[in-house]
Amino acid sequence: MEKTSARRRFLKSVTAIGGAASFPVPTLAAEAHAQHGVRAPSQTYMYLTQPEVAFVEAAVARLIPADELGPGAKEAGVAYFIDRQLFGGWGTMAKMYRQGPWPEGTPQQGYQSPLTPQQVYRIGIGEVNAHCAKQYGNSFSALTAAQQDEVLRGLDGGKIELEAVRSQFFFNMLLANTLEGFFADPIYGGNRDKAGWKLVGFPGVAAVYTAHVEQHGVPYNAVPVSIQDIVESVAEVDEHGHPKHILLGRNDRGSSHGD
Amino acid sequence: MATKLKPVDVAIVGVGLTGTIMAKELAESGLKVVGLERGHWRDTDPDFAMPYAHDELRFVGRHELMQDLSRETITFRNNAAETALPMRQLGSFRPGEGVGGAAVHWGGLTWRFLPWDFETRSRTLARYGKGQLAEDCTSQDWGVSYDELERHYDRFEYLYGISGKAGNLKGEIVPGGNPFEGPRSREYPTPPLKSAYAGALFKEAAEKMGYQPFPTPSAAISRAYTNEYGATINACVYCGYCQFFGCEMGAKASPQTAVLPNLMKQKNFELRTHANVARVNLDAAGTRAIGVTYVDSRGREFEQPAEMVLLCSYVLNNVRLMLLSGIGKPYDPAANTGVVGRNYAYQTPSSVTLFFEDRIFNQFMAAGGLGMAIDEFNGDNFDHSGLGFIGGGFFSAASSGARPIEVRPVPRGTPRWGAQWKQAVATYFNRSFPISIQGACQSYRGNYLDLDPTYRDAYGLPLLRMTFDRRANEHKMSLWLTDKAAQIAKAIGPSKMNVTPRTEKYTIVPYQSTHNTGGAIMGADPASSAVNRYLQSWAVPNVFVVGASAFPQNGGYNPTGTVWSATADSILEKLHRLCTRISGTGH
Repeated sequence: MEKTSARRRFLKSVTAIGGAASFPVPTLAAEAHAQHGVRAPSQTYMYLTQPEVAFVEAAVARLIPADELGPGAKEAGVAYFIDRQLFGGWGTMAKMYRQGPWPEGTPQQGYQSPLTPQQVYRIGIGEVNAHCAKQYGNSFSALTAAQQDEVLRGLDGGKIELEAVRSQFFFNMLLANTLEGFFADPIYGGNRDKAGWKLVGFPGVAAVYTAHVEQHGVPYNAVPVSIQDIVESVAEVDEHGHPKHILLGRNDRGSSHGD
Repeated sequence: MATKLKPVDVAIVGVGLTGTIMAKELAESGLKVVGLERGHWRDTDPDFAMPYAHDELRFVGRHELMQDLSRETITFRNNAAETALPMRQLGSFRPGEGVGGAAVHWGGLTWRFLPWDFETRSRTLARYGKGQLAEDCTSQDWGVSYDELERHYDRFEYLYGISGKAGNLKGEIVPGGNPFEGPRSREYPTPPLKSAYAGALFKEAAEKMGYQPFPTPSAAISRAYTNEYGATINACVYCGYCQFFGCEMGAKASPQTAVLPNLMKQKNFELRTHANVARVNLDAAGTRAIGVTYVDSRGREFEQPAEMVLLCSYVLNNVRLMLLSGIGKPYDPAANTGVVGRNYAYQTPSSVTLFFEDRIFNQFMAAGGLGMAIDEFNGDNFDHSGLGFIGGGFFSAASSGARPIEVRPVPRGTPRWGAQWKQAVATYFNRSFPISIQGACQSYRGNYLDLDPTYRDAYGLPLLRMTFDRRANEHKMSLWLTDKAAQIAKAIGPSKMNVTPRTEKYTIVPYQSTHNTGGAIMGADPASSAVNRYLQSWAVPNVFVVGASAFPQNGGYNPTGTVWSATADSILEKLHRLCTRISGTGH
């Protein structure tokens, strides 16, 4: 990637911050995509099947919906994030204790399923889709938003019972992964265009804050920086590798930072 | 078939906070020392290099620096009537793995315990009588006093360059510091960190209420400092990737920044990583250690003969190695006899989260130990008459690092997901902060560690089994302390508060603190302690068991300062004497 044009794109992406509220979401997403050009990640899934992708995209879109505040989990690439997590070490319990026996135990004893997260998703999605087919005559992703919320509420609280995996267990995993995917560094495939960080005002990779920490109550309106921004040299860094954050004024949409 | 290696004077199991200081001091005095570490070598460069050091998912969510449970974990149950099941993923606590141990990813809060903490039982009986202690409470005195430990605390603070403000200099109360601390011989080596907004508001409110706030002592330090070993710890830049992370600046004092640069130059020290110690080998009589057996990363088994063995692993693994090796009599809670596994304790953390509509806190600008604290409600600093509990904890408004996967508070009653949740998290991520309470935990007859009858580690050895729950003492204490904290919070004037005392059954799931204690406790009586005041096993005197495993119960502070001072540094003189005698060399 050519360095100056990448840097220009990074600076231009500033427009997506303060301006989020004034754009309808699809426009915002399309514009952000255009700004980042070739940086839009590949969408080839490694573990989830296409129907499973449809389920996960539909579910995370309800857990963190797109609205006037900005993109939701679906737009932020959370389904793709989850796929990559499932395919990797976490999805196969690489650092977890896996020996049996496997009684269910008490809630205080935590994760006791013999299923890996990979299997929890495969089985959980299958069973929830079967429930939806029976209840609504359609798979989860084809339901209305209100019906989808009804199903998710049924899983969260255990009102809808699944057979091979406890519904609350599956739901908690899905919700935890959705939050991770929305807020983790974009290097993992989620938090696309730093949508999660922009929503809450988190600057991502930290700068040196020595001069700011005592500025009590003063908003720190920084353009968030990702690991990739630094690796690709689109964000400027100091001698220790900390990015030099670009600060915006309180109501500054950053247009002056563009080229 | 084990390969027998050339004998050494000292074999150290675990090269973390305590293992590094023991190795450095003993090797320098001329003893041949081998450090056996089951994890790998880690250092500021390249392991904590930018920008990868600032990856929350990797270090917090996926526990990059922490114990690999696929190989070894513990089993857990709330009480002996239940069947213990394995902790399959990390939750409540996060032990480290690799050189530096958990002191790589620690938060850096560096406290001294109160003089009272070392004499919990006798001072409670003296002030309140027997009725104040629960019948099954086994909390006891340490067999060592604060005054005896003061110079070791002092040494730790000066070795690690700790930032703070003295509150009691040789008995004289100093404004701005903690007036409740035991007398200290001198000021902290580096001044306190800068003040964040949360701490400033807490300080103002606490002072108005008549309390005496002070800056939390921190191992992420305020300015560059060079210690007696010639190691330089840099100045903290408040990046907020501190607790659970390695520091890219070398600004968080740790074995890597404070000790290893010197230790690795010691000619008499050899570090062996990927060396998983399976047991301490004893002589035929079972009263003397002759070395340790370990397995390396290629599956080769080695027998390392040694004149002396120091168990410097994490609390839980220290106790497990004693049990696997037959060092000391295992604790039997039914008969209340035996000593190994006795007095396992933990901590009772609770919090009040304050939410505001219009104030911005930038809590992501942070250091693990950045904050303002009060100590009015710790130990026996307040009258417990009629309260029905003993102990307490410090309160602090900390800015220890707000990263949105783990830290995104919303007011109670907010849905866990959906549009309403999204609105709340967008509003409050940057408009909230917690007041945290580091509540103490007493020891009880039914809380203990032993070997699990069912589950095994990757080498086929039994896992350690933890039986633990907090008692009425802890729940009452938490309710009372958290209410006091809520009064301070209210005075600060938030629009909403989440007041969260700790009153439910202990659960292994959400993170609470990596402050496990006990199981190989120190004391003056071999019938009620596993090790003496010098952490020397009563049963096998050339084995020393170093670390928080020696705490008879847990205080209302982060334990690291006390781990290093009370359990490591304070036994070195004794070790020097013994080593010289045992090896007969004097080198």
